[in-house]
Amino acid sequence: MSGERLLDIKSLSVTFGGLNALHDLDFHVDKGEIVSVIGPNGAGKTTFFNMISGMVTPTSGDIVYRGDSLLGLDPNQVTARGIARTFQNVRLFANMTILENVMVAQHCRTKVGVFGSLLNTRSFRREEEEIREYGKEVLGFFGSRLVGYRLDQTASVLSYANRRRLEIARAMATKPEIILLDEPVAGMNPKETEELTGLIGKLRSEWGFTIVMIEHDMKVVRDVSDRVVVLDHGETIAQGSYETVSNDPGVIEAYLGRPIEGNAS
Amino acid sequence: MSDTAMSAPADLAPARAPLDQDWRKVVNYGLVLGLALVFISLTGMPDGLNSRVIVEPWLSMGYLSLMWLPFAIGFAVTHEQVLEGMVQHKRGARELFAGAVVGLIGGLCLSLLVYLLDTRDLSDPLVNWNQPLLDFLTRDGSVGEGVLLWVGVSTALGLFGGLMRIVPALGSRLVRAVILTVVGAAAMEALIDDLSEGVWKLEGVVEWLYHPREGLEPAGAIALAIAAAFVVLWLGRQLKKGGAVYNLAREAQPLAVNAVSVVAVAAAAILLPIFLGRLTNDLLVNVGLFVLLALGLNIVVGLAGILDLGYVAFYAVGGYSVAILTSPTSPGISPTLPFWLAIFIVVGMATLAGLFIGAPVIRMRGDYLAIVTLGFGEIIRLTVRSDWASGLTGGAQGMLSIPGPDLNIGGWTLPLVGWTMPKLEVDLMGTNPQHILYVVMFFVAIAIYVSWRLENSRIGRAWMAVREDESVAEAMGINTVTAKLQAFVVGAILASFAGAVFAAKVGSIFESSFKILVSIVILVIVIVGGMGRIAGVVAGAFVLVGILGGPNQPGLMAEFSEYKLLIYGALLVWMMLKRPEGLIPNVRRSRELHQEEFLQDAWLRGEVDRDEAGSEATTDEGWAPA
Repeated sequence: MSGERLLDIKSLSVTFGGLNALHDLDFHVDKGEIVSVIGPNGAGKTTFFNMISGMVTPTSGDIVYRGDSLLGLDPNQVTARGIARTFQNVRLFANMTILENVMVAQHCRTKVGVFGSLLNTRSFRREEEEIREYGKEVLGFFGSRLVGYRLDQTASVLSYANRRRLEIARAMATKPEIILLDEPVAGMNPKETEELTGLIGKLRSEWGFTIVMIEHDMKVVRDVSDRVVVLDHGETIAQGSYETVSNDPGVIEAYLGRPIEGNAS
Repeated sequence: MSDTAMSAPADLAPARAPLDQDWRKVVNYGLVLGLALVFISLTGMPDGLNSRVIVEPWLSMGYLSLMWLPFAIGFAVTHEQVLEGMVQHKRGARELFAGAVVGLIGGLCLSLLVYLLDTRDLSDPLVNWNQPLLDFLTRDGSVGEGVLLWVGVSTALGLFGGLMRIVPALGSRLVRAVILTVVGAAAMEALIDDLSEGVWKLEGVVEWLYHPREGLEPAGAIALAIAAAFVVLWLGRQLKKGGAVYNLAREAQPLAVNAVSVVAVAAAAILLPIFLGRLTNDLLVNVGLFVLLALGLNIVVGLAGILDLGYVAFYAVGGYSVAILTSPTSPGISPTLPFWLAIFIVVGMATLAGLFIGAPVIRMRGDYLAIVTLGFGEIIRLTVRSDWASGLTGGAQGMLSIPGPDLNIGGWTLPLVGWTMPKLEVDLMGTNPQHILYVVMFFVAIAIYVSWRLENSRIGRAWMAVREDESVAEAMGINTVTAKLQAFVVGAILASFAGAVFAAKVGSIFESSFKILVSIVILVIVIVGGMGRIAGVVAGAFVLVGILGGPNQPGLMAEFSEYKLLIYGALLVWMMLKRPEGLIPNVRRSRELHQEEFLQDAWLRGEVDRDEAGSEATTDEGWAPA
C-alpha cells in the first residue's frame, strides 16, 4: 500500500538542556499508510509529533513534506500545508460549542476577514454555510454522538470518549493529508476502543487520510498498522510489520523484558 | 439570593431544634458581620451618607449602608448546601435563631465601637474616629441608647434574614421587590424628578411622593411598597405570560420579531433623549461612553482573552486626535477639521496605535502581557504630558475649545487639492448633552453591531480559540499573532470613538482624564457585567457608571463617589466568588444546560432512545452503533 512519499524525516535530533529527547531519527510516511509509533513512556514519541507539527524546533536534521522542508514554519503554517494533529491530553476549546470547535479548525481553509463579516457579504454567508456543512459532515463520522442537539452544546459537557472523538473530528476538519493521532484510544473502554479501531481504518479507506499514530494499546496497533516504528530513548530500535517488531529482542527488552503479547491481552 | 427558595418537596425531615446549630459557623458569621459593621463605620461612609435621606425622617442612606449587612449575613448563615443523598430538614425556628444570634453578635461588636468611641480617642490613626460618628451611631442620644439601638436593630434584622429562608418563595420575592423599589426610588430621586418634569399630572404625583427637601415621604414610601407588591403579585405573572408569547412568536417568526424589536429599541432610543432633562442626558452620555469602552475591551479580553490593562491608551489616542484635528487652539498642527471628518483620521490613528502597541505586546502571554500593557497605558499618558510632545498636545495645560460634533457638512477645504465643499448647515448638534447623547448612541450602535457580527464569524471563532488555548489554536491552523492583533486593533478603534466623543463633549482635554484608573474601571465593568456578553457589558456599565459613577464622572448616587473604589472592589470580590459568569449569564449556555437536564430526565423515564439522550453523566460505553 505504498504510494508516493509524503513525509520524509532525516536524522532528526533535539536536545532539551543535556537530554537527547530524539537522536538521529529517520522516518518516512507514504501516502495512504497507517504507521504506528510505539515505545515506553519517555521514549520521545510526543516530542516527535511536536516537532512535525512545528511546536518544537529540532536541533538538527530535516523534515521534508512533499519535497519542501517544514523547518522554521509556525504550527499554523504546518497545519495549512496539510498535517493535522490531536493531543494526548485532550485539548479541546472547552467553552466553544461542538460545532464551533470543528468550524474554527477550518480557519486556514477560509479567508473572509473583518470587513466581510461586518458587511455580511455574500461570500461571507456562503463560506459560513460551507464550513458549517463540512463541520457537520466531519462530526457525522462518529455516528449520532456529536450531532443533533449536541452541535450547540459546549465541548465541556462531553464525556471523555466523546472528547477524544471530537479531537479527531477537529483534526479532520482542517482538511489535512496526514493526521497525527496521539494516543487516540487512551482511557477508552474495550468496546469504545474496538469501535475507534474500525474508524481509524475508515479514516484511510473512506476519507483518504494518511495516519501516523502513537498508541500504547497493542491490540489497536496490531489491527490497523501497516508498519510499526519503535522508539526508545529517542532512537529507533526497530521498524517493520507488527509481527516483525513484536518478536524483536531489542523491543522486548525495551518493554522491561516482557513479551508484548502479554501486554496486549 | 433565591438559591434555596423552598419548593417544599414532600419528603423533608422534621425541623431541627433551635439550639441544634453549627455554632462555629454561627459565631464566625457573627464576627464577620461585626467586623464589617465596624469597618464600614470607620470608613466614614455611613456618617457621610447620612445626609442622603431615603424616607424622611425615618431612614437615611447612611443607616441603610449599615443595616443591609445583618440582614444579608443573617440570610447567608442559614444557607445550607443540600447535596444528593443528604437529609434535608424543614426550615423553622432554627433558622430564625441562627439569624438572630448572628445579628446579635454583630450588634454587640458595633456597640463595643460605640462604647470605645465614647471612652477612647483613637483619632490619630483612624481619621473617622470622631464625635460626628458617635452622634450618628447613637442618633444623638446617650451611649446606652446607642448600644441598645444597634443590638436591637441588628438582632431584629438578622432574624429577618433568617425568616427569608422560611417564608415561601413568593414572600421573599415580595420583600425583595418592596425593598428594592423603595430604596431605588429614593436613590433615583433626581432622575425621576428630571423625567417627570413637564409631563402632565406626573409631576404632581412625584411631588406627593417625595419630601420637598429630599427623600420619600412616609406615605409615598408606603404607596410605593404597595405598588411593588402589586407588581410582584399580578404584573409579574402577566409579564411572564407576555414573555412566553414573545418567545413563541420568536421561534415561529424569528426574522419578523427581531426586526420589530430592533425598530422598537431604535425608536425608544431616538425618542427618549427628547423627554429627558439635561441631567439625565448627561448621565446617559457618561454611561454610553463606558458602554462603548467596555464593548471594545470586551472584544480584547472577553473574546480574544488578551488581558489588556492599558486600554485607556486608545481612549486617549481618540481624544487627543480629535482635539488636535478640530480645536482651533491646538498648539501644534491645527487643521480645525469638523468632527465627522476628523473621526475618519481618528480611526486611522487608533489602528496605528493598536498595531504599534500590539506588535511588541502580543507575543507575550497571560500575566506578562497584562503587566506590559499596564506600562503602555501609562507611557501614552506620560508621553502626552511630556515636554517632548507638549508642542502638539498642550502638555499638562491640555487643549481647550474643542468644538462639538456639529452636523455642519461642508465649508472645509480639502488640503492639497484646494477644493472647498459647499456649506450645508444642519445646526442641531453642539455640546448640548441631548445631542451628544445621540452621537454616543450612534457609536454604541456601531460597537454593538461590530461585536455581534464578529462574535459569530470566522474571526470571532478564531479569537475564542486563542482565548481557550493558544497553542492548540495555532496547531489548528490559526495564525494567533494576526488574530490577536486584529482584536487589539478593533478594540482600539472602539475606544478611540469613545475618546473622540469625550473630547467633543467636554470641549477640552487634559492628560489627567486618562489615568490608569480608567482602564481598571472598564475592566471591572466587563468582569461584573459578564465577560464576552454584549448585554452583560451594557448592564455592567449602567450599574457601575450609572449608579456609582465613573472614574471622573458622578453617577446617580453622587454621595457614593468618595467610596466608589471601595464598593467596586467589594463588588468585584463578591462577583468572583459567587457569580463569576457576570450579571447577565450566557443565555446560550444556560439553555444548553437545561436541554441536557431535560434529556437526561427523559432518558431516566425511558422515553428517549438511550444513545440519543447522551449518557454523559453516567458512562459512555455499550451503546455504540453496530
